[in-house]
Amino acid sequence: MSSAAQKKSRRRSTRTGRRHPLATVALIAIGLLFTGGAYALFNSTSSGTEAVAASQDQVDRGSKLFSANCATCHGMNLQGTSAGPSLLGVGAAAVDFQVGTGRMPLQNTGPQAPEKPAQFTTEDTAALAAYVASIAPGPGLPEAEYLDGGGDATHGAELFRINCAMCHNVAGAGGALTEGKYAPSLTGVSAKHIYEAMVTGPQNMPVFNDANLTPEDKRDIITSLKYLEDNPSPGGIELGNLGPVAEGLFLWIFGLGTIVALTVWLTARSN
Amino acid sequence: MTTTTPETPTSTVQPGQVQPGTQGGAVGAISNYLDERTSISAVVKEFGRKIFPDHWSFMLGEVALYSFVVILISGSFLTFFFQASMAEVVYNGSYVPLKGLEMSAAMNSSLDISFDVRGGLLMRQVHHWAALLFIASIVLHMLRIYFTGAFRKPRELNWVIGFLLFVLAMGEGFTGYSLPDDLLSGNGLRIIDGLLKGIPVIGTWISYLLFGGEFPGTQIIGRLYTLHILLLPAIVVALIALHLVFVVVHKHTQYPGPGKTNNNVVGYPILPVYAAKAGGFFFIVFGVIMLMAAFFTINPIWNYGPYDPSPVSAGTQPDWYIGFADGALRLIPPGWEWTLGNYTFSLNVFLPVVVLGLFIVAVLLYPFFEGWVTGDKREHHLLDRPRNAPTRTAIGAAGITFYCGLFFAASSDLIATHFKMAMEHVIHILQFTTVIGPFIAFFIAKRICLALQKKDREIALHGFESGRIVRLPGGEYIEVHHQLDAYERWKLVSFNDYQPLMLRPNDRGEIKTSQRLRAAVSRWFFEDRIAPVTRTELEAAHSHGDHGDHGVVEAKDEAMGGAPHIRS
Amino acid sequence: MADERGREMAADISGTELVPTATSHGDGAPVGTAVVSRDIIENPGLPSHRQRVTDVDPKSERRASRIVTALFYLSVVGSIGAIVSYFAVPIVPDDPASVRLNTLFLGSFIALSLLTIGIGAVHWGKALMMDHEGVDVRHPIRGTAATRARAIEIFDQANKESGFGRRSLIRGSLIGALAIFPLPAIFFFRDLAPIGNNPAELLSHTMWKEGTRLTRDPTGIPIKASDVTIGSVFHVIPEGLEDAEDLLEQKAKAAVLLMRLKPEDLNPSPEKVGWAYDGIVAYSKICTHVGCPVALYEQQTHHLLCPCHQSQFDITQEAKVIFGPANRPLPQLPIAVDSEGYLVAQSDFHEPVGPSFWERRSDYDNA
Repeated sequence: MSSAAQKKSRRRSTRTGRRHPLATVALIAIGLLFTGGAYALFNSTSSGTEAVAASQDQVDRGSKLFSANCATCHGMNLQGTSAGPSLLGVGAAAVDFQVGTGRMPLQNTGPQAPEKPAQFTTEDTAALAAYVASIAPGPGLPEAEYLDGGGDATHGAELFRINCAMCHNVAGAGGALTEGKYAPSLTGVSAKHIYEAMVTGPQNMPVFNDANLTPEDKRDIITSLKYLEDNPSPGGIELGNLGPVAEGLFLWIFGLGTIVALTVWLTARSN
Repeated sequence: MTTTTPETPTSTVQPGQVQPGTQGGAVGAISNYLDERTSISAVVKEFGRKIFPDHWSFMLGEVALYSFVVILISGSFLTFFFQASMAEVVYNGSYVPLKGLEMSAAMNSSLDISFDVRGGLLMRQVHHWAALLFIASIVLHMLRIYFTGAFRKPRELNWVIGFLLFVLAMGEGFTGYSLPDDLLSGNGLRIIDGLLKGIPVIGTWISYLLFGGEFPGTQIIGRLYTLHILLLPAIVVALIALHLVFVVVHKHTQYPGPGKTNNNVVGYPILPVYAAKAGGFFFIVFGVIMLMAAFFTINPIWNYGPYDPSPVSAGTQPDWYIGFADGALRLIPPGWEWTLGNYTFSLNVFLPVVVLGLFIVAVLLYPFFEGWVTGDKREHHLLDRPRNAPTRTAIGAAGITFYCGLFFAASSDLIATHFKMAMEHVIHILQFTTVIGPFIAFFIAKRICLALQKKDREIALHGFESGRIVRLPGGEYIEVHHQLDAYERWKLVSFNDYQPLMLRPNDRGEIKTSQRLRAAVSRWFFEDRIAPVTRTELEAAHSHGDHGDHGVVEAKDEAMGGAPHIRS
Repeated sequence: MADERGREMAADISGTELVPTATSHGDGAPVGTAVVSRDIIENPGLPSHRQRVTDVDPKSERRASRIVTALFYLSVVGSIGAIVSYFAVPIVPDDPASVRLNTLFLGSFIALSLLTIGIGAVHWGKALMMDHEGVDVRHPIRGTAATRARAIEIFDQANKESGFGRRSLIRGSLIGALAIFPLPAIFFFRDLAPIGNNPAELLSHTMWKEGTRLTRDPTGIPIKASDVTIGSVFHVIPEGLEDAEDLLEQKAKAAVLLMRLKPEDLNPSPEKVGWAYDGIVAYSKICTHVGCPVALYEQQTHHLLCPCHQSQFDITQEAKVIFGPANRPLPQLPIAVDSEGYLVAQSDFHEPVGPSFWERRSDYDNA
């Protein structure tokens, strides 16, 4: 469903607008993600289930929000439609990640859903997550003890290099994937969203379940990322942490540019 | 008595000759001491007032020289701390996210330089930025030499020496890039290993011997270190010395201009002006490098972590000067590998090696090629403006396009993410740019050169449009043209002109194949050409009456006090 | 129009043959196909010297000299500042911010001291030193006729005195000896790598063998089939790798990527049907192009991407190359489950992993 249509449907709760042909492709892709995710979670042995019981009020509110904003694509009963995947069993973590980072509701068709300003308030997001989790169990919101950044940075950095750096870059600066997709930069992403992404594997990111990276491992990874964020590079300005390409570009433009400008001054006749 | 004795020996031994040692106090005494032991006065006499022409583009080679000096200074400091060993140690330094990790002694000592030696990180960054600047300034220097034709006789051999320096500088760069033994450099070495294995017949053994066993082994860092700090720098220093000796022997080239001929050098003497400028420039280059090192991170090895064959970072690239080789590897389409019985022929890896080899050999041999085409055996000390050698300039533009296609391919992933493109499209576009782009660039550059030459010719003959419209007594409107003065015009009319080789049978009445080939290349080079303005043409253009309106305009122009035009 | 006329005239004037018909500039060298015209415009000579402000205005001369002096004094300030900051901005253990400050302060002050010397010296040279152009005369690079004659004479004399040209036997044998003497050096390179191993043989085997458990990288914890959920990816090393003496060499060949797909998404060829376990497949992580770790797994498209040269492999088609310079699919590691539910290898890879090499045979089978 195109972004315009989605916005309208949220505002007026009516189905308007025509679907762009590419929308179907994109949504099938997203559908695969969610069905994949759901399947994964049913197969999972050690995924956490809802830790905190949500209040009935919250669930009711979430239900209303869902019908108004999400049901168009994901179906009234989370069963999914041709426009969007089933959300049965994706859990509160997936909802919190997708809605909390602004990826959902989808605004544009494209290779992947980009991060954008969140469309819902924190309470609305929590209500939606509670509602989705109340229909079918799935990975819950991470517990605060894993998000405090108090883990082992050395171990976390090593795990990050082995499991994450090939897509997200060793400094979390992001990188390219196939066909226009990309691994986003991790700078400024909250610990909770990082944790949720590892657990749920949004879009093309693989799932890192608790058998692969234990909650303590995830805490360590978050710790190492927070360390990088809190401690700017000892060498000075980072040039985007993009590696030798950025350094080479900088050298040619700034370094050699400055020096050539100085040679022009040096050889110009004084007036 | 006391006042006369010191003077007696000098006046008696060499009457009439001024002895520097007896004047100028301490400086004079030291000069005298040195000269009596080294003949240094002869050197000062020979070189002290040597003339050096002034142009910003003549400073590029100096940038390279000075950054090399900075590299030597900072590199020597680094060697005091660096341990070129791959022995496993446990990191216990100051950087928290690596504490307790096993790594090679090389990585460990690189981290210690960065975090536990005051100014160590600064020196590491000075060394690395200076290295990038060294090679970039060499490239810019080579482009200046190429596009101005400074490689022509008698400087062909110095082009070869400079070219060798360029290749050695890349070797220095790559060996240095590998030394910290972090994840980035380890993956770089892994690619080198793969590249070597792709060489037919001997590749497997070359890799095996270089790494002292299987990749990564425990030898490679030490071996690269020896190359990096001993063998390669020794050759570089020797070649730089030779390069500079030739600059002195040949005297510097100069751009064409009034008063400048093929038989003179116009400029400023080494002592004092040039010494002040060039000496000051060393400090400026050093200062700019120091500024970059103080403010900008380069190669944050602490992020990459120690080398481990399993992980890799997104955006794994070599330093910029190896980019063209990495890009060449990326541009090969799938499937370029064949098995021949029990052997595998990896054209996908070997072809880039061959093509790049041919490319740099072509760069190396270009001066000899052009000399063969023109057959011109004269010495050339006056530079060409690039437009006045259209085919050479166009070949250069094609070469740059080819190089840039490869170079940008090495950052295909970053281009994709930063310009929101699919990396597959980036690769396809760059494949096109690298293969077809040079032909397009050749054509466009040549046409631009010829158009500029035509414009020059037009301006030299008829002046430039002043924008003033004048009504003549007859009622006709004309635009006043400003004539150039002789100095301005000289820049536009003084250049070498070649025409295609005409095939003629030799004494025995035959035409050799080599001559045919040469005639064909010569035609390709020179068939489109704009001849310089001759005196006759200039006089014809300026003569009154027989050239219609222009004569009138000029007369008018003079009468109205426009720029005076000088006829030769 | 103008250029056409130019062309005609040029054709009239010049010779086109290679033989030196016309000579220019008096040095007698052949001009090749250069057009040597006698109808050239004269060089107007050096323009008259223009005086600088500092030459005519004593006030600006004094100002320039004050600026230069001030710059040199500023350099002294920079150098002292650098020394002071060496002690005043120390490196505090475990605090990267202190390294940043140390680098920043030292670098800035040193840069100040360098740049002010440089700019001061150049400004002195530009504004205050005499700036009248000088002219040097060039001489041909080749030696004078007399010098060259003398050089030839010396060679002749040396030839005569040594008999180098005459004694062909001595000369021939000397050239032979000189040609042969570097040969031993080549043999010296053999011991760069250990004797007794054939690299092609080493490259063909990894640590994996029947029953080796698949364990997590870097912890070495074995993996149960039930741990590997759909959409997840495990970075795998063989059990016992940590204890290997040549850990990095073994890891460089044995690193494996483990993924689980829906069994119906896998399309195994007949001989590889039993190599997966319930949709779980293991592929070598080492690129078949030049050996980077191929670790970027997209769980929806099932594509693997190499970050170094962008080769792409499709896991649903047995890791076939679908884009990029690689040619061969990633080798698959046949896996099974042992009695405790842990994933184990059925055997080693059936072909060498990593980049191609010359001795790599085309017929790797189950041997």
